[in-house]
Amino acid sequence: MGHDTHVVVAKNKTQYEYARRKRSHHMQMQVVTFAIMIFLTFIAFATVAAGMSAFYVAPVILLLAAVQVVLQLYYFMHMSDKGHNMAAFFLYSGALFGFTFIITFLTIVWW
Amino acid sequence: MSAIAQKKGFGSVLWDWLTTVDHKKIAILYLASGGFFFIVGGIEAMLIRIQLAVPGNDFLSAGLYNEILTMHGTTMIFLAAMPILFGYMNAVVPLQIGARDVAFPFLNSLGFWLFFFGGIFLNLSWFMGGAPDAGWTSYASLSLYSPGNGIDFYALGLQVSGAGTYIAGINFLVTIINMRAPGMTYMRMPLFTWTTFVASALILFAFPPLTIGLFFLIFDRMFGANFFDHTMGGNTIIWEHLFWIFGHPEVYILILPAFGIFSEIFAIFSRKRLFGYSAMVFATVLIGFLGFMVWAHHMFTVGLGPTANAIFAVATMAIAVPTGVKIFNWLLTIWGGSIKVTTPMLYALGFIPSFVAGGVTGVMQAAAPLDYQLHDSYFIVAHFHYVIVGGVVLAILAGLHLYWPLMFNQMLDEKLGKITFWLFFFGFHATFFIQHFLGLMGMPRRVFTFVGDQGWDAFNAISSGGAVFMALGVIVLVVNIVKTVVQNKPAGTDPWEDGRTLEWAIPQPVPFYNFKRTPLVRGLDTFWIEKQEGNKEGMTYAEPLSDIHMPNNSFIPFVMSLGLFIASFGALYNGEKTWAVPVLVIGLAITVISMGVRSWKDDHGYHIHKEDLMDDKGGKY
Repeated sequence: MGHDTHVVVAKNKTQYEYARRKRSHHMQMQVVTFAIMIFLTFIAFATVAAGMSAFYVAPVILLLAAVQVVLQLYYFMHMSDKGHNMAAFFLYSGALFGFTFIITFLTIVWW
Repeated sequence: MSAIAQKKGFGSVLWDWLTTVDHKKIAILYLASGGFFFIVGGIEAMLIRIQLAVPGNDFLSAGLYNEILTMHGTTMIFLAAMPILFGYMNAVVPLQIGARDVAFPFLNSLGFWLFFFGGIFLNLSWFMGGAPDAGWTSYASLSLYSPGNGIDFYALGLQVSGAGTYIAGINFLVTIINMRAPGMTYMRMPLFTWTTFVASALILFAFPPLTIGLFFLIFDRMFGANFFDHTMGGNTIIWEHLFWIFGHPEVYILILPAFGIFSEIFAIFSRKRLFGYSAMVFATVLIGFLGFMVWAHHMFTVGLGPTANAIFAVATMAIAVPTGVKIFNWLLTIWGGSIKVTTPMLYALGFIPSFVAGGVTGVMQAAAPLDYQLHDSYFIVAHFHYVIVGGVVLAILAGLHLYWPLMFNQMLDEKLGKITFWLFFFGFHATFFIQHFLGLMGMPRRVFTFVGDQGWDAFNAISSGGAVFMALGVIVLVVNIVKTVVQNKPAGTDPWEDGRTLEWAIPQPVPFYNFKRTPLVRGLDTFWIEKQEGNKEGMTYAEPLSDIHMPNNSFIPFVMSLGLFIASFGALYNGEKTWAVPVLVIGLAITVISMGVRSWKDDHGYHIHKEDLMDDKGGKY
């Protein structure tokens, strides 16, 4: 509580330009990611609509879902930004533990 | 706001303790209530040993024995060991990392009161129709069919106190990530802070499975669900998995802070930097990870199949590696040090052989084929008492002596402390060493009595005799505490004279805002570095003197927890009493309304102005 003093320093012109460019780049990435996500969703719907075998459709949709989660985390929830190492570490640890539990349950409880 | 030392009546003192959000006071609350439950669990242990002292004893009936045995395990794990360790974490970690409080003081208080009310609820079962009687593991195949309300008390009480533990765990994670003083990098954190951090991460991942398991049990027993009832399509094995996915990390949640306390003690009293600091940190994190991959070793005899048993056996044995790294590092810390055998150091020295013995039997049980022989025998009882008493309880007693001057500005008597150690240490080995052999001779665990002349009589008598020494040790400790409190002799700053980390650099008694100015950390063992360089103050500062922002006390955590306590009675008697549902609703309403009050009523805390700080001690700055 004591050492959270925020010092506000005005940006100079170069810093301002840099921040501006960075932000517009960010915006582009978000739009592109959004488009990709819509496209992935379209593929998911398309495989079902095309009446493909469930053995093909289910893994494809799960794979697409995993990709969507990663995109969501990195581009919309800012995990690609600086200072998110600890959050990422805990997230992946949790995912690893959860994966272990599910694999175990699938192989020795629910078979 | 210079209300630092005003005379207060009893009512206002009580009000202060009920509403406090100060980590140092919450530490004392944890220590006191954990100590109370430790005594309760200890009395239950003595009753168990009296019953088993002679064959065919009828001191306790079979049913009552089951209740006492269950409550002994549950109380010691959930209500004694964990809260006492939380007490030390609260007292030490913020000071060790140079913070003025934990990240969420309000949640800290909420965590304590949830634990407290959960513990009280669980123990009320003694007076309200019988305690839980299905063992601390409460396997669903047994607990679903337990008559009376005992298991309901278990499930609801642990649910409430588990929520408190979870909150405390998150709080410490955020505190350690965000509140470290400038210069305190991760690799400069003292080992007790590191182990607290990893233990909190384990709480974060391990308690949700327990919560789910307990909710399933609550729904099955009180609200007509069938999660564990195989006749209705449920699966009773799921409980065992959920319980041990929580239960195995739980034992690391207990032992890691114990490792942390001992790491501090070895460095302080060998007057040497901890040997292999980075290896210690790595080993701690690795134990945390592996702790989640081994839970099925508690279930080898369930019939998981040879593949699963083999995988979990190998994973379990792997844990011996980082633990061995730690043991060797401690030995090499002592090696060549200028050793001072104080009471905490005595406990630490006693811990190494005791814990290694427990670890060795652990690896034996990790071998699945051998475990088929050892499972559910007294060998298991001996093993887990060797790691929990020989590890966690010795750390708790060592920590009590080590941190008492930090928490209360008094020194516990060294002579009485050493008497306690020798009584307890001798009693511990006398009680549990021989139980290994009882197990190998075939004595099953959790039996309320046994037939004589099977070669078990003498060993059981010796085991009970040992327990008397442990009890004597604890009595001497209580005498020691009373004597110290009555004498009330100030211990002063750096009472052990060899303190290495920040908490020992703070003037005693610790001001309620901890640090007048945030310290600058210049390396591992900050205080030691400052002392070596002749800095009388013991700290280099990172900031000029300025106003300090403090949180206001709050009564809301108490009320919030009380609401869940009341709601638990409603859930417990659901379907049995007509008032059950209204009570459940009223209790939950109290909790939800107090959450609303907390959310919508802004509480920005207050500032201690720097002029008040200067007045405090003769205007030095």
